[in-house]
Amino acid sequence: MLRLEPRSTQSLSAAWLSPMLALVLTAVTGGIIFLAMGKDPATALYIYFVEPLTSSSGLSEVAVKAGPLVLIGIGLSFGFRAGIWNIGAEGQYIAGAIAGGGLAVFWYESTSAFLLPAMLLTGILGGMAWAAIPALLKTRFNANEILVSLMLVYVAELLLVHLVQGPWRNPMGWGFPGTRVFPDAATMPLLFTGKRVHLGTVLTLAVPFIAWFLLARTRFGFRIKLFGSAPLAARHAGVQSNRIIWQSLLIGGGLAGLAGVIEAAGTIGQLMPDISPGYGFTAIIVAFLGRLHPVGVLLAGIAIAVTYIGGESAQISAGLPKAVTGLFQGIILFYLLTFDLFTRYKIVLPSRQTVQQ
Amino acid sequence: MTELILASIMTMMTAATPLMFAATGELICERSGVLNLGLEGMMLIGAVFGFAAAAVTGNATLGLLVAATSGAFAALIFGILTLNLLSNQVATGLALTIFGTGLSALVGVDYVGETIDQIGSIHIPVVSDLPIVGRLLFGHDPLVYLAILILLGSSWFLNRSRWGMILRAVGDSDVSAHAIGYPVIAIRFAAVTFGGLMAGLGGGYLSLVYTPLWAENMTAGRGWIALALVVFASWRPARVLFGAILFGGITILQLNAQAAGLGIPAAFMSMLPYIATIVVLVLISRDAIKIRLNAPACLGRPFRAER
Repeated sequence: MLRLEPRSTQSLSAAWLSPMLALVLTAVTGGIIFLAMGKDPATALYIYFVEPLTSSSGLSEVAVKAGPLVLIGIGLSFGFRAGIWNIGAEGQYIAGAIAGGGLAVFWYESTSAFLLPAMLLTGILGGMAWAAIPALLKTRFNANEILVSLMLVYVAELLLVHLVQGPWRNPMGWGFPGTRVFPDAATMPLLFTGKRVHLGTVLTLAVPFIAWFLLARTRFGFRIKLFGSAPLAARHAGVQSNRIIWQSLLIGGGLAGLAGVIEAAGTIGQLMPDISPGYGFTAIIVAFLGRLHPVGVLLAGIAIAVTYIGGESAQISAGLPKAVTGLFQGIILFYLLTFDLFTRYKIVLPSRQTVQQ
Repeated sequence: MTELILASIMTMMTAATPLMFAATGELICERSGVLNLGLEGMMLIGAVFGFAAAAVTGNATLGLLVAATSGAFAALIFGILTLNLLSNQVATGLALTIFGTGLSALVGVDYVGETIDQIGSIHIPVVSDLPIVGRLLFGHDPLVYLAILILLGSSWFLNRSRWGMILRAVGDSDVSAHAIGYPVIAIRFAAVTFGGLMAGLGGGYLSLVYTPLWAENMTAGRGWIALALVVFASWRPARVLFGAILFGGITILQLNAQAAGLGIPAAFMSMLPYIATIVVLVLISRDAIKIRLNAPACLGRPFRAER
């Protein structure tokens, strides 16, 4: 039998190789699935993984989709590093969109230059407020943050549906659920005419570098990492667990809220029931695929965004159901977790072991 | 009025049944020391494969078997990753839920809007015809009884049977159980598989009996509520029954209140089960020491045999 032996330090090459291997094997598995569905695997894989990168409009769409994934993924990576499992980012994203978008709904005739910045700020606060609930219940009552944050996703979704069908519904909207279209002052300026990529995407690009600085160069980042990898040592070093729980949930919630309001003010331009194609959940995969490292998350966000766009065009051009994208995301994570074994353990052959004895 | 109350109690039991199945399976799994957060995904997989099998063969009972089996297969993936490859249980459980959501949506595309023959309620001559009591005790569909039976059986298994005690030993101290010579990994595999069987059955109940139809994401968080139920029950099966009925009651109350039109927006009523879950979690978890005493000591920790 093969034996596993723990490594004294994590293997850095294995840590970076495993996401690559996971992506490649997911593509191979995808090809097999397409073959089973009676599609030509080469064409389908091309549509999924390559075509989005071959045109300027494709690249613009990838950037638009990668934006929220990267923002949420970075926020989550702080918590995951500390061992705080905030999996309700989807709810915090919606809360941010409601809080920030609400300003545009109330001041729908505004032309003020302050409207958009104010929306971004309230969006962040909205996401933070939503994440503060699991933080409070965890620190005060020891309630499991996984379950609380997840339950709040459903609450946020229902709240959004209620608002856009009821009090905030566009009076000129022919009864469709959705608010008024935001005024220009509440909309992210487009970067190029005819493309959907907007100023919010550029703002997003700054976040990984800020996060990298926080994690690698500040005492705060050190505490988060220490708390996650050696909780006992952290306690002896005076790291307060309640503070870490609050900080990591508020960062995750704030960035998810920011992603929500940027999506509402940028890509969509109003509030409506399906404001998110599950960004908050997909961002969990993005965070892991990016090794919880800010730059890694940026790359992983782009990679996953490509499959989103590929999935959309495959639906149109090859008649493949959109659900394939979700399946791929699950498979990527399975492969990633499999290969992660090699970052922590080495495989020892029995023969070598007997020689040692 | 009696009729309305009676009907409410009957539907309450059907709302409680999928939660009973899923929570019982997860409870056994957690007692062996494995935390499987993939409940929602396994339920969705069970729901879609069960429905597809019933739609193709026209046999709902076969559908339920397929539902349970497919849930178990999904659990096997989780088992291989967490038990053999020592992956993080929280992350792997989340992966299983994401995978299950995607897979079920893909498989289910062709079955949206299709209908199947429902499994009816049982009818025992004479007893079932008794007024009120007859229907209350003997008028449910057979799976309600199966769920209760499995629940009570699990309680007996954990507390009275030899293997149940070994399973608990594995969950409370894997190292000692291994040292005595019990196959820790094999026992955990069995528990994880049982968890998958039950989650699949719970999902199958939703798509084959409760609704009965297939819709994307139709479990609507029931897998997560079942996870909360295990904490609520302090890892004791008998209390799962109570918790599941409580949640079934809240679901039905919420539906009835919407139908009665109390002027409260429907969305707020629909939030009730989720908010109730949070409230229950807070009430139960407040006593951190009690939770630590009741929870399996090795819950969520990977085990690797030293020799």
